[in-house]
Amino acid sequence: MSDTPVLKVENLNVEFATFGGAVRAVRGVSYEVYEGKTLAVVGESGCGKSVTVQTIMGLIPCPPGKVTAGSAKLCGRELLTLSKEELNKIRGAEIGMIFQDPMTSLNPTMKIGDQIAETLVVHRGMSRREGLTEARRLLDRTRIPEAAERARQYPFEFSGGMLQRVMIAMSLACKPKLLIADEPTTALDVTIQAQVLELMREIQREDGMSIILITHDLAVVARMADDVAVMYAGEVVESGPVDEIFYRGSHPYTLGLQQAMPDARHDAGRQLDAIPGSPPDLFAPPSGCGYHPRCPHAMQVCTKASPASFEISPGHQASCWLNHADAPRPETAASPVGSAQE
Amino acid sequence: MLLEVRNLQTHFKIGRKKTVHAVDGVSLKIEENEILGLVGESGCGKSTLGKTLAGLQPRTGGHIIFRGKELPQRYSVADFRRNSREIQMIFQDPYASLNPRMTVKEIISEPMRLQAGGGSSDYGPLVGQWLERVGLKPEHMARYPHEFSGGQRQRIGIARALILQPKFVVCDEPISALDVSVQAQVISLLQELKETLGLTLLFIAHDLSMVRYISDRMAVMYLGSVIEEGPSDEVYFEPKHPYTQMLIASNPAPDPALERSRPHDPPKGEIPSPINLGEGCRFAARCPEAMPHCHTETPKPKHTDSKRMIACHLY
Repeated sequence: MSDTPVLKVENLNVEFATFGGAVRAVRGVSYEVYEGKTLAVVGESGCGKSVTVQTIMGLIPCPPGKVTAGSAKLCGRELLTLSKEELNKIRGAEIGMIFQDPMTSLNPTMKIGDQIAETLVVHRGMSRREGLTEARRLLDRTRIPEAAERARQYPFEFSGGMLQRVMIAMSLACKPKLLIADEPTTALDVTIQAQVLELMREIQREDGMSIILITHDLAVVARMADDVAVMYAGEVVESGPVDEIFYRGSHPYTLGLQQAMPDARHDAGRQLDAIPGSPPDLFAPPSGCGYHPRCPHAMQVCTKASPASFEISPGHQASCWLNHADAPRPETAASPVGSAQE
Repeated sequence: MLLEVRNLQTHFKIGRKKTVHAVDGVSLKIEENEILGLVGESGCGKSTLGKTLAGLQPRTGGHIIFRGKELPQRYSVADFRRNSREIQMIFQDPYASLNPRMTVKEIISEPMRLQAGGGSSDYGPLVGQWLERVGLKPEHMARYPHEFSGGQRQRIGIARALILQPKFVVCDEPISALDVSVQAQVISLLQELKETLGLTLLFIAHDLSMVRYISDRMAVMYLGSVIEEGPSDEVYFEPKHPYTQMLIASNPAPDPALERSRPHDPPKGEIPSPINLGEGCRFAARCPEAMPHCHTETPKPKHTDSKRMIACHLY
């Protein structure tokens, strides 16, 4: 496995101009995705996780959106400065994308087979007939029964799980290096979710593509991710290998999310610890650390200065002042916070 | 016993020959002061069952006995007025279930006004008390729903459901539309109110972990019928019905090591259409352990011990 990332996002800042002022949706996001690996981006609604990838894909309308700083490189090539034509060559070919709601991402008046073939005709220069044959093969590969028959049907004739397979088939059409999956299973039932996630893993094993999986569900992260970036209020607050985040999580938000979820293994009689308050309003993000109004360990410094990124262990970073050498050690946290510093 | 459901059916006719068997022969008992969790995939009829119990959907067969009395098959206006004092509902979508043109005070006091049948009492102090009870502030009552976040709106919906001090509340996916960090707040609030007010809850959700966490007993639905029921921990940790086993095996846990150790064989197939169901076990087509007679004979609910019920030919 090579060490150069397939995708490298650095210090990305995105704003939206509105009548109420600028909304700072993404505030200095950096992350990397490696070849054949899955990066899970976790966060609640409005934390900027989707805006980040939409910016990378050039899907943010400008105006009102505006990239105020930062870069995103796909295999070393800057994406943010590309022209529309150059982006069109990359989208669908080098980066595939699947969305939460497959019903609204497909054209309801076009047959499934034709929709997949369109990608192949545009990006791989196939004829329509070749495209249709390849489309049937792709549908077959994503385990859609009676692929030939199904290719002649319209989206409304498919269930949600089957449509998500169609989306995957379509995004695989050009063998992308990177697949961006934005909440791909949020609308699906658990049994269907398990099928779709396993399908993504299988294709990743065979094709060696990288995946960015955007989700709010820590359990899905645990099943799929190699690396995790936890986002809050437009910033990455903690990132690292999946085991580091789950077993040696350091940021109070990461720990708060874990304690707010029921855990079947060891919670007999345990009360859920809800995080008080609600996610911030990005018209006026809190001063200092974005999480301080909800943080049980907030100190004076947290309200004034944005925390730097502290290295907890190699590859594991957390942006929290508790990791500073002079910070007090909170006793109430369930897992040791910043113990690597001692 | 607070509520008993016997062989309940809620069918919908679509076209001349087609019938959707949304709820098809459900029998349940709910004891006073307990939380019964109801899980199942979308389309299994769990919401229709909840609406039928709350009287929002007329049943097409069977009996609902609430505190010893049979509830009407189709509610009249007077039935709603009488029964809404005892049975209430909390809805899934806090954006769609609050009238955007009413103030919070009007929304929360509406059940009181309907009970009083007009008049001009001031419910302000009472609404203020309820706002505090659900974790909001009395000064919020002059505001409109759009000024609140999803979690706060769900608190308003809870205050509206509880202001008449009902005995039994149907919670239809009350947390599915909320962010993870806010879900726990609403769950804790429901638990606290259940204790202080002595409520009995039917908690409908598709999140198995959360249902196991909050419920005393758990019932699993598949295509209109309850296929397994029992104490939550027993059903979750020792599922007996092959469908329950499949559901629980598919439910991911927030633990990477545990997830890596799981076999990578997701369940096959999807929930079939509930239109014109034939004989036989509903799950037979997807069941890994189906036997020939599963396709022809509908399994009867069996009580393996005093607390567990399973509808499967294997037992």
